[in-house]
Amino acid sequence: MFAILTNHPLFGIGLTLLVFALAQSAYLKSRRNPLLTPVAVAIVAIIAALKLSDIPFAAYQNGGRYILFLLGPSVVALAVPLYRRRQEIYAKRGPIMAGVAAGALVSIVSASGLTWLLGGSRDVVLSMAPKSVTTPIAIALVEKIGGIPELTAAIVVLTGCLGAICGPEFCRLIGITSSSATGLAVGTAAHGIGTARMLEVDPLAGAVAGLAIGLNGLMTASLLPVLFILFG
Amino acid sequence: MIRGMAILLLLQFLGELLSTWMTLPIPGNVIGMGLLLVALLIGWVKVDWLEEAADLLLSNMALFFVPAGVGVMVYADLISREWLPISVGLVLSTFCVIAVTGWVEQSLSRRGE
Repeated sequence: MFAILTNHPLFGIGLTLLVFALAQSAYLKSRRNPLLTPVAVAIVAIIAALKLSDIPFAAYQNGGRYILFLLGPSVVALAVPLYRRRQEIYAKRGPIMAGVAAGALVSIVSASGLTWLLGGSRDVVLSMAPKSVTTPIAIALVEKIGGIPELTAAIVVLTGCLGAICGPEFCRLIGITSSSATGLAVGTAAHGIGTARMLEVDPLAGAVAGLAIGLNGLMTASLLPVLFILFG
Repeated sequence: MIRGMAILLLLQFLGELLSTWMTLPIPGNVIGMGLLLVALLIGWVKVDWLEEAADLLLSNMALFFVPAGVGVMVYADLISREWLPISVGLVLSTFCVIAVTGWVEQSLSRRGE
């Protein structure tokens, strides 16, 4: 009886919307405390609820996949803020390209290098390499170089949440103050989840972050196979 | 609203087709973003057609990541086996990327002014 309810798509959809709405109101009540970033709070709360009531992820995903589907057209829609701010962004095309190129290189080298130094196994080191790019690109790359795609998917989401929670605050702390630099930094490091946070903070930063998802995807996709051949 | 949604889904679909046909590692939605930007720049698509749908999706974008995040629970064992290198590597590397990307963009922009 219970399984009939939890296997219905409305269970996953309803649970996600309900928990996200609660997380959002807690976030607004806390005067936008970044530690209560709704996406991270909602993920933790739903995982806890499923574990405590012994509901399998597959049951949740019967509904969850409909919400996830909307991510596709949202990524396409990132072209709209980009188009609205095209003049400012075009004027900064040099610094933007250089920033993403530096970020992509640092991301691959530091993620796999640090994991290796701390004693991570070869599979894990390879799975860490594309952690800052959007999930579908990261999975395609890891399949090519031979890590564990499922582990990469989890690492990419965790990286995104971390960047969304601390990104804008960390930028301010280390003297990154302009909207375009902040948006580029958070979009390059934390792909779509970071971009979602930037869109809320500042429209120009959100537009640049959206661009950074695509650019970092392209750069990492071209750099990673080369680095893998050189050092693999 | 409906027109905007139709355009977004159509371009995503074209992106998926291109990604599959050319076996690109770039996903269809990212290609769709590029196609839409080109369509807006050359004037095939007017930005007013998209405004309602794009604003609705983008202002709720964080919500759409929740099911992907919940998926992490399935691979908790995989992460916990080597949690220390993964967590330290992930945190430090994320901060390094933010710092380097932001500093490079900001210092080059200032030099250009």
